[in-house]
Amino acid sequence: MFNFILRRIAVVIPTFLGITVLAFALIHMIPGDPVLVMVGERRLDPEFYRQAMQRLGLDQPLYMQYLHYLQKLVSGNLGESLVTHEPVMAEFLKLFPATVELSICAMLFAAVTGLAAGIVAANRRGTAVDHVVMGSALTGYSMPIFWWGLVLIMLFSVHLGWTPVSGRIDLEFDIPAVTGFMLIDTLLSGEEGAFASALSHLILPAIVLGTIPMAVIARMTRSSMLEVLREDYIRTARAKGLSPVRVVVVHALRNALVPVVTVIGLQVGTLLAGAVLTETIFSWPGIGKWLIDSISRRDYPVVQGGILLVATLIILVNLLVDILYGVINPRIRHAR
Amino acid sequence: MMKKRQWAAAIGAGLLAATPVWAAKTLSVCTEASPEGFDIAQYDSAVTQDAAGETLYERLVEFKRGATSVEPGLAEKWTISKDGLTYTFNLRKGVKFHTTEYFKPSRNFNADDVVFSFLRMIDKNHPWYKQAANGFPYATGMEFPDLVKSVEKVDDYTVKITLTRQEAPFLADLAMGFASIMSAEYAAQLDKAGKQQDLNLKPVGTGPFVLKSYQKDAMVRYSANAEYWRGKAKVDSLVFAITPDPNVRQQRVKAGECQIALYPKPDQVEALKADKNITVGSLATLYTGYIAPNVEKPFLKDKKFRQALAYSFDKQGFIKSIFGGNAKPAVTVLPPTMWSSTTEKLKERSADLEKAKKLVKESGYDGSEIKIWARVGGLFDSKRAAEMLQADWAKIGVKVSVQQMEWGELLKRSGKGEHDITILGWAGDNGDPDNFFTPNLSCDAYKSGGNRSRWCNKDFDKVLADARLETDQKKRTKLYEKAQQIVYDEVPWIPTVHMIAFVAQRKNVSGFVQSPFMTNNFYTVDLK
Repeated sequence: MFNFILRRIAVVIPTFLGITVLAFALIHMIPGDPVLVMVGERRLDPEFYRQAMQRLGLDQPLYMQYLHYLQKLVSGNLGESLVTHEPVMAEFLKLFPATVELSICAMLFAAVTGLAAGIVAANRRGTAVDHVVMGSALTGYSMPIFWWGLVLIMLFSVHLGWTPVSGRIDLEFDIPAVTGFMLIDTLLSGEEGAFASALSHLILPAIVLGTIPMAVIARMTRSSMLEVLREDYIRTARAKGLSPVRVVVVHALRNALVPVVTVIGLQVGTLLAGAVLTETIFSWPGIGKWLIDSISRRDYPVVQGGILLVATLIILVNLLVDILYGVINPRIRHAR
Repeated sequence: MMKKRQWAAAIGAGLLAATPVWAAKTLSVCTEASPEGFDIAQYDSAVTQDAAGETLYERLVEFKRGATSVEPGLAEKWTISKDGLTYTFNLRKGVKFHTTEYFKPSRNFNADDVVFSFLRMIDKNHPWYKQAANGFPYATGMEFPDLVKSVEKVDDYTVKITLTRQEAPFLADLAMGFASIMSAEYAAQLDKAGKQQDLNLKPVGTGPFVLKSYQKDAMVRYSANAEYWRGKAKVDSLVFAITPDPNVRQQRVKAGECQIALYPKPDQVEALKADKNITVGSLATLYTGYIAPNVEKPFLKDKKFRQALAYSFDKQGFIKSIFGGNAKPAVTVLPPTMWSSTTEKLKERSADLEKAKKLVKESGYDGSEIKIWARVGGLFDSKRAAEMLQADWAKIGVKVSVQQMEWGELLKRSGKGEHDITILGWAGDNGDPDNFFTPNLSCDAYKSGGNRSRWCNKDFDKVLADARLETDQKKRTKLYEKAQQIVYDEVPWIPTVHMIAFVAQRKNVSGFVQSPFMTNNFYTVDLK
């Protein structure tokens, strides 16, 4: 197992280097620079421009900037935002918990509903139930997030008044950020109603963000279940007179889960990509919105650092999935 | 089954318990973006202006609420020397800086604060000049380092500002956000602690609200300044709920999560008006949209050809399609609400195809393709606007192609004159006509790149220079009328629209006054 993990980590290092080059090159290839964006249409004083570029270290050749960036990176320094002048890591840590909280809830929603839908569809293969479930999954998969978010807001928040429109908590609560996770912080604050408020604010964004992963998980679960349900040992289990629930949950599901776990792992990338839009719709102060703003402001260190951190996260999750996969299926662990 | 129902009911009750029970008079405003920082002199976005300039800080003089004229602010009165070079300000007594967890002022606002606030922006040797990580883009853009010769303390409550040349709009410049007054005592405290960057993060001003907390991309919280010299604000606290998407801002104000939602899109206005709990305010802003032909390019250098383009431009169709009818047609550079605007005097050129065709013929246009550059993003759909122009000009035989370009790139390349035609807009920010002409149409702006028509007209420049030196408003009016006539005849700009800014507010909100500068001040707002 240890060797297996080491092998996986060895692959990660060149991937990291590749990402630093890519993140650096991409953002510098976009036309415009932070000073021009800041000045906008106003008169650009050449002396001011020169000073500003020098102050931001942008007057040096690109390869030098990249080397400086790598140098800092090795010592764990992601640099400072060119706009707010706060360390990138500090900004990331402030905003990241919001994204994680939303992603976890979205994944919970996606996994629970996706698995349930997949199992039901597989068991009722070819029936109307199967068609409805799989039809809904396909619709969910092809739904534009932006539109879906607005539809849910209009229905549940404006017309029915069941959920809040956006934000992380009602504006009356001023909850100090201890962990950055609103659900935990509201509990720690002890303010009456704060936890429920935070929870109610999570419902719609989690559903919107979890819709695509849910559809993917449902389809994967269905096909994987169908394969397993055809196996001899399932027939044996049934022949032994086990209850249908026991056959499906204990015998079939556990074996059907292997590919589903991989898919869930891969969905983390989808979640973070979806978070960009979901966070914008629901005014959710996470890293998705932060990155988009930074791109439009040409805040190079934030974009580079942000991409690197997000990529690291995706790599780690995939590593975790690989390991988990090995745990579930020992054949993979021992493969050379 | 029973159990399930009870569980559902418990969740329902929990969620209901989360329905806000508002603290004594909290005004929540759905705003569009996070402020970049709180040291207003370092930034120039309207969002930062609202979050810092209109809440935390004040200036020597202020724009009158909802208007472009100037009234006393931290200066009670002022005198201007006969040669127009020396401004002497008598400062208001008894004005207190905010008391916060990080700063307890030991004295009231005085001349030291004014001297500090200006010198740090204009004196390169001032210890705080280099502390501004972003520099002072606005002060530099307004040429303050060259314009202001000295800022001196005469006594504790008198300050003398001397200019290097006469500058009629100077007083209006001082009412702009970047000229906000900071506390010199706080700066000294930060200096001592080596925490100079806190000036941008933990602000101290004299304004009607005190910063309580800020969560990037989520909210900015303020409490009313109990010691404010004009009297405490009518609301106890103010929250900016940062909501970037205009559709969501619309839903939040409908659901009552915000009492005011800024800048709904023009096409949302009708739906908002239909809601019985909401009123929609509108105000013509100091914004002029324009088409900038590069007069250094073939055919476009001929004014007859430019006039032909203006005559064939269907302005009404443009307003209907791009702005949902919610904008005013622009005839001249200056918006009708600004003094000396000749909107009423000049004849609208729009949609006279016969005349346009004749002019195109006279210009000798040979059917060459002309490119329009349209930006990505912005206040309106520039690409669609360009396509409408393409269709309009095709009617007079002018062949046009549309190229969409990223904003920074468009500014950079059009500043160098690489474009044929581009679509832009300008929002005035000090209420003075010069603020429209000099940055966009002067020969100086040609050199610095701001003049995207690449049009340098010596006669026109002379009129502008004379108007800047003149302090008699009647004479200035005459000069600016002349300037507008020149622009009308020579067509370096084809004005498109003057935008209307909308604000949606719930019916229980009173006292909110929109500003033509598209900034928002909530001091006078009350909740029923």
